[in-house]
Amino acid sequence: MKNRVYINGSCAISSQPTFEGDFLDNINENVQDNVLPVIEPNYRDYIAPPAIRRMSRAVKMGIVASKRALGEACLELPEAIAVGTGMGCVQDSEKFLRAVLDNEEQYLTPTAFIQSTHNTVAGQIALELQCKGANFTFVDGSTSFESALSDAAMQIELGDIRNALVGGVDENTPYCLEIYELDNIIKPRHEAPFSITDARSKGVVFSEGASFFVLSDERNEHTYAALADVDFRNDVPDTGVFIGDFLSRNNLDIDDIDLMLSGRNGNSEDLAGFDTAETLMRCTKLYYKHLSGDYFTASAFGFWVACNVLRSGHVPQLLKPVGTPSEEVRNVLIYNQFRGKGQSLILLQKV
Amino acid sequence: MQPIVVTAMGIISSIGNSVEENLYSLLEGKPQISRLDNLRSTLRDNIKVGEIKLSNSELAKRLGIDPRAEYSRTALLGIWAAKEAIAGLSADEVKSLGFVSASTVGGMDKTEQFFYEYKTNVEARRHIYTHNIGENTRMIADYFGIGGMVTAVSTACSSSANAIMVGTNLLRTGRLSQVLVGGSDALCKFTINGFNSLMILSDDACKPFDRNRKGLNLGEGAAYLLIETKENAVRHGRTVLAVLSGWGNTNEAYHQTASSAEGDGAAAAMAKAIDIASIAPHDIDYINAHGTATDNNDMSESVAIRRIFGNEVPDFSSTKAFTGHTLAAASSVEAVYSILSIRESVVFPSLNFENPIEETNLTPQTTLKHKPIRNVLSNSFGFGGNCSTLIFSKYEK
Amino acid sequence: MDELILELKQKIVEALNLEDVKPEDIDENAALFGDGLGLDSIDALELIVLLDKTYGIRLADPKEGREIFRSIRTMAEYITKHRTK
Repeated sequence: MKNRVYINGSCAISSQPTFEGDFLDNINENVQDNVLPVIEPNYRDYIAPPAIRRMSRAVKMGIVASKRALGEACLELPEAIAVGTGMGCVQDSEKFLRAVLDNEEQYLTPTAFIQSTHNTVAGQIALELQCKGANFTFVDGSTSFESALSDAAMQIELGDIRNALVGGVDENTPYCLEIYELDNIIKPRHEAPFSITDARSKGVVFSEGASFFVLSDERNEHTYAALADVDFRNDVPDTGVFIGDFLSRNNLDIDDIDLMLSGRNGNSEDLAGFDTAETLMRCTKLYYKHLSGDYFTASAFGFWVACNVLRSGHVPQLLKPVGTPSEEVRNVLIYNQFRGKGQSLILLQKV
Repeated sequence: MQPIVVTAMGIISSIGNSVEENLYSLLEGKPQISRLDNLRSTLRDNIKVGEIKLSNSELAKRLGIDPRAEYSRTALLGIWAAKEAIAGLSADEVKSLGFVSASTVGGMDKTEQFFYEYKTNVEARRHIYTHNIGENTRMIADYFGIGGMVTAVSTACSSSANAIMVGTNLLRTGRLSQVLVGGSDALCKFTINGFNSLMILSDDACKPFDRNRKGLNLGEGAAYLLIETKENAVRHGRTVLAVLSGWGNTNEAYHQTASSAEGDGAAAAMAKAIDIASIAPHDIDYINAHGTATDNNDMSESVAIRRIFGNEVPDFSSTKAFTGHTLAAASSVEAVYSILSIRESVVFPSLNFENPIEETNLTPQTTLKHKPIRNVLSNSFGFGGNCSTLIFSKYEK
Repeated sequence: MDELILELKQKIVEALNLEDVKPEDIDENAALFGDGLGLDSIDALELIVLLDKTYGIRLADPKEGREIFRSIRTMAEYITKHRTK
């Protein structure tokens, strides 16, 4: 018999004031910018000065979001850590690469190199918490967070561990944003105002952030929801079959799903996938990327939104619901993809 | 627990382009540590590396990839090794195959080449997106049409051991019936200069576990194992090469890069793996050590080995003097060697060793030794405190 | 020597990202590692490059740094003796 997996703590640092205040308080939908800046907490309230001096934004966001999520779950030390990041520690990678190229491989110092490795966030969280358990980092584009979530959930299901800290984190740099715009990953500025339902052009409104969660085999008074299943594919020939198989392995029909949280992002390359999925599902659809922007681990923000909807039993109009939500929300399906690749499904259930 | 077995493998490293070529070099004691030829670096004359001498265009040509597609070297090496590992699968099996691949650099070789050109060179822009590690994994998956769950792990020098563990979870939970696991990393200026800035690169062939070791040789390579449940392997009549019987992943939570003098993380990873394998330390017949030949690793690992095995340390060696340290690929490269050691009943030698480290007084096996091998323990440790151990065991029907 | 000491303090604060430390607050006789400023082995490598880049002093073995980097003063003395630029 496999163990059930509960979400007992969460924290999102995003382009919205999600770190302070209640769920979706003081939200400001920004339709003018093609890159949404993240609202950063005061890191020094959480990290001591000697430790913080070398940390990049991704590390700081990751540590602070972790501590907040653990605090909420009343858990001091998780048994394992799993982090997903699409681009890793871009700030330090870029710093070291520039140093290599600009100085013709001379006079290089190691600090940026050490911190450029993709497991820096998970490693620094472990160091900060003194967590000696299993420590994984996944770097898998738009399914980086799903990979971390899936692996931690499997370890709990199998009884290898009883709880885990799981998160998705990404940071940007000015140069990275500039070249992403050149490569049509980010929409051109002049196309503003932006809307996730307007997918005439390639690219997305981009952002960054960190969303962390505490998974446990035990429910408590803070429990948001139960994580029933996670699946993802590199390449999906038929989105309908992918969703159908996922639901049937969870003994559910299409009509058992009460809400679908769609990662619709206004990217013309993603339109077909989102259209197919949303047409197939007859339930109410909700959206989140108009609030968070899109980035490789934006679905971790979506996961945070779905957790909150399930615990509160309330669907804020800010999530732009299409259709009338059913009286009681029991099953929530989260669907995401990027550039037609890395399609993912997460099933959350009310407890 | 349903045993997890290895039914096929593939590899490319500086000592060979296939499993049998690698075995030949190991048996003959032929390392391949040289100066850089393919990669242009001002450090060329200061360091020695385990470089694969096939150029990118040769690799692409032999894989039937248009050289103008300019795949990253990480992707090319990965495709090469994966091809050997899944050669026996049918098209349908590939469609439902899972893939967990590890890398530390992904497409960095292209990024460092074109970094400042993106604004003016439109052609080069396709390398912007494929810089990301996940995209390199997708390039490998797409080459074969791998249709199951695909993901990428990056935990520095322990990456592919952890990719292997993620694969076992996918099998143990029944999410997949077969998964290809391992890693790929190519040499690039970024990595070479990074390790050079840490002052841990040797200007000569590396000397794992030697008192006067001077640092590591970087290498490049890719290796993958096809793993499945025993039940699945038997049902399909596949030859079982070995059992993946134990695994342990811990974080030392001691320092950003260094290992502790007490070898806490390494000892914990080995203890965890031995426990999962349900064996005792004295059942281990051979340790394929991490043995990078840096001051810090070899000391810390030696202390950890002493802590686990006391005065009865089994035969051990580091094969990094043959191949160099292949970073994210190291654990899967050495997983292949561990399985070969069981198959061939040999302990591979640790090259260039002269004198033991005084504090721990451990002498690795320095010559090829023939003996029956039932259990091999393989270590991999990395930056960020990541410590991983795998145990491979002889398959008994 | 005093000028060099001040220069070193400034360069160290900058190179090691000592955000909360003002150069003038550093005691040139206090230990850089361990108790004093609390620097670690990564900082030592940063200081080795600082010696090379700014003063033309190249250390082949990081262990040589232990004595040289005991305090700002020992660093200044070593630099005065060995600098090539």
